Amino acid sequence: MIHAYQLVVLAPYAAALVLVAIPGYRVGAVLNVLASAATLAAGLWLMVSQGVVGEYAIVDEFNVVFIVINTLVGFTTALFSASYIGHEIETGRLPPGFVRFYHAMFQAMMGSMNVALVANNIGVMWVGLELATLITVVMVGLYRTPQAIEAAWKYFILASVGISLAFFGTILIYLAGQPALGEGVPAMTWSLLQAAAAQMDPAILDLAFIFLLIGYGTKVGLAPLHAWLPDAHAEGPTPISAVLSGLLLNVALYALLRFKMLVAGQPAALDPGPVMIVMGLVSLIFAAFMLYQRRDIKRFFAYSSIEHMGLIVFAFGMGGPLANFAGLLHMAMHSLTKSGIFFAVGHIAQAKGTQRFADIKGLSVTHPRLAVAFALAVIAIAGLPPFGVFTSEFLILTTTFAREPWLALLPAFGLLIGFGALLLRLQGTIFGEPVGPAHRVDASSVPLVLHLLLVLAAGIFLPPALVAWFQRAAELLG
Amino acid sequence: MNQAYEISHLLSGAMLVTSFALLYQQRVAAVLNAFAAQSIVLALAVAWAAWSSNRPDLFITALIAFTLKGIVIPVALRRTVTRLGIHREVEKVVGVGAALLVGLALTGLAQALVVKVASGTASHAREELALALAIILLGFLMMIVRRNAVTQIVGFMSMENGLILAATGARGMPLVVEVSVAFSVLIALFVFAVFVFRIRERFDTVDIEALDRMRGDRR
Repeated sequence: MIHAYQLVVLAPYAAALVLVAIPGYRVGAVLNVLASAATLAAGLWLMVSQGVVGEYAIVDEFNVVFIVINTLVGFTTALFSASYIGHEIETGRLPPGFVRFYHAMFQAMMGSMNVALVANNIGVMWVGLELATLITVVMVGLYRTPQAIEAAWKYFILASVGISLAFFGTILIYLAGQPALGEGVPAMTWSLLQAAAAQMDPAILDLAFIFLLIGYGTKVGLAPLHAWLPDAHAEGPTPISAVLSGLLLNVALYALLRFKMLVAGQPAALDPGPVMIVMGLVSLIFAAFMLYQRRDIKRFFAYSSIEHMGLIVFAFGMGGPLANFAGLLHMAMHSLTKSGIFFAVGHIAQAKGTQRFADIKGLSVTHPRLAVAFALAVIAIAGLPPFGVFTSEFLILTTTFAREPWLALLPAFGLLIGFGALLLRLQGTIFGEPVGPAHRVDASSVPLVLHLLLVLAAGIFLPPALVAWFQRAAELLG
Repeated sequence: MNQAYEISHLLSGAMLVTSFALLYQQRVAAVLNAFAAQSIVLALAVAWAAWSSNRPDLFITALIAFTLKGIVIPVALRRTVTRLGIHREVEKVVGVGAALLVGLALTGLAQALVVKVASGTASHAREELALALAIILLGFLMMIVRRNAVTQIVGFMSMENGLILAATGARGMPLVVEVSVAFSVLIALFVFAVFVFRIRERFDTVDIEALDRMRGDRR
């Protein structure tokens, strides 16, 4: 009997193998959507199936949250990319021959991220994250313009340095676990390491956590290690920007959180909380100010992702059931909203033929429906009610306020700064005299509407079952 | 038993020396030679660990290090550099003297950090780890102070050599690591091909500075 967690990994890889062999992009796109739907079904199945703790795989309430978000956004992105890529081929930005590799790489990337998420082994998790990173490097360089190549190169160099440092941290964790668990596979297994955390050498754990924080922190996009992120988002195809912001950052964060749980299991080791609070706040406030100087719409929302990842890392740094719950909820809301925004940005870029803010004006006149959808998405990410992002940001701020009133001022300040930039840019793009060309938009709006509805529903009413599930996951985080 | 550690220390020390050698080369060809030497010493160190601690699976890692990083990649990179006929000199951001001094400081830092932190583990494993960390940091330094795309790739691969040394120094680390290392070597090669040829195609140079002029915000 095959278990759902195996399907979550095997379905994308199998689809990747099939997709490489399919030359036509229409058939490829349909298969891509079908494979993503199958993976989503497997991810949803995980929600109701029993947890697993095997030699190489682990399924508990905590990583199921990530897997469900991953497969859901993977599915909607596949849906979006099916129509988006068709347009890119017609306009000649993308040679048709590339598209089968694009689809195969998309599935391989989804599979690799799921490997990292279900792995019960710190080495296997590292391999999954590295593979996903390298595939996205190639995809960022897909358009082969000088800017795309520069972005891909920068991403490649920074990500591989980060991933190397994370690997050194992984070796140190193995060394720390070795005295208690013996040589071989057990000392690299999450569940066993977690149980033996109290017997580990605190000094080695400290050093390991610093390496892991810098290494995986680069992938999360924490300042000052974020330099790759805006370029990679701006120059790659828009579906990849959506997946980068919505998913890959989360997977790296997942790795970081697992190690945080491990280090927190040894009271004598350093407390990861304050370190994460500081890095989160620096990213949040820095990115909020950087928003004002951006001229490129995708770069702008990439900085917004840094801002929100900073807030999420801050929430997990605070720790405790309530802040962890808020952090998880905000992560889910951010994934849905931000990938939705990138879908809208993809539509806008195709409608106006540019990503520059200066050339995107008066959308409400030329594309009224798109303008409304985009405005709603930006309002959602800005943290205004009734959307779900408001709920999660409110929770993060109130729990912080209840525990450390003065500390709560800093994230509130950063969010306000970011809020101003978002409204300023929103006003500029929606209103005013239209400039430049106004092409018809063919890309499907279903994914965008779906994401907006989900975020809206979460903001109005969180089902008790969902709350209970997130609470159990937050308790696992400690 | 003691002799086994002496020999593995000797080999790791030799790798550290080649890491310094990477920093002061003037010509790209010489950088590639130094890197090849480092990879071959790494292969010897891994092979020695495989033999002395009776872990035959490590011979695969040694073989990969020897053939791919010791021979294939340096030869391929050299042919690329010759064929492109450009940038045979190493372009530096920081001079040789300053780079060596920083390298020395990093080595000292690695020793101090690991020896102090890992006081609980066996002394030989600790020293091995300190040497590996020094090699990783020197590779990192090389990526920062050398400008050319080829030398940056070499810096990265030198960093990876240090990682493999650290992984073999951690006794009994399972096969997963070897698989992942083989993966990354394969992918380093692949990415190298993609990037160097595409960069060549677009700019007629492999100089990273040319790329920095393309900053998206100033388009």
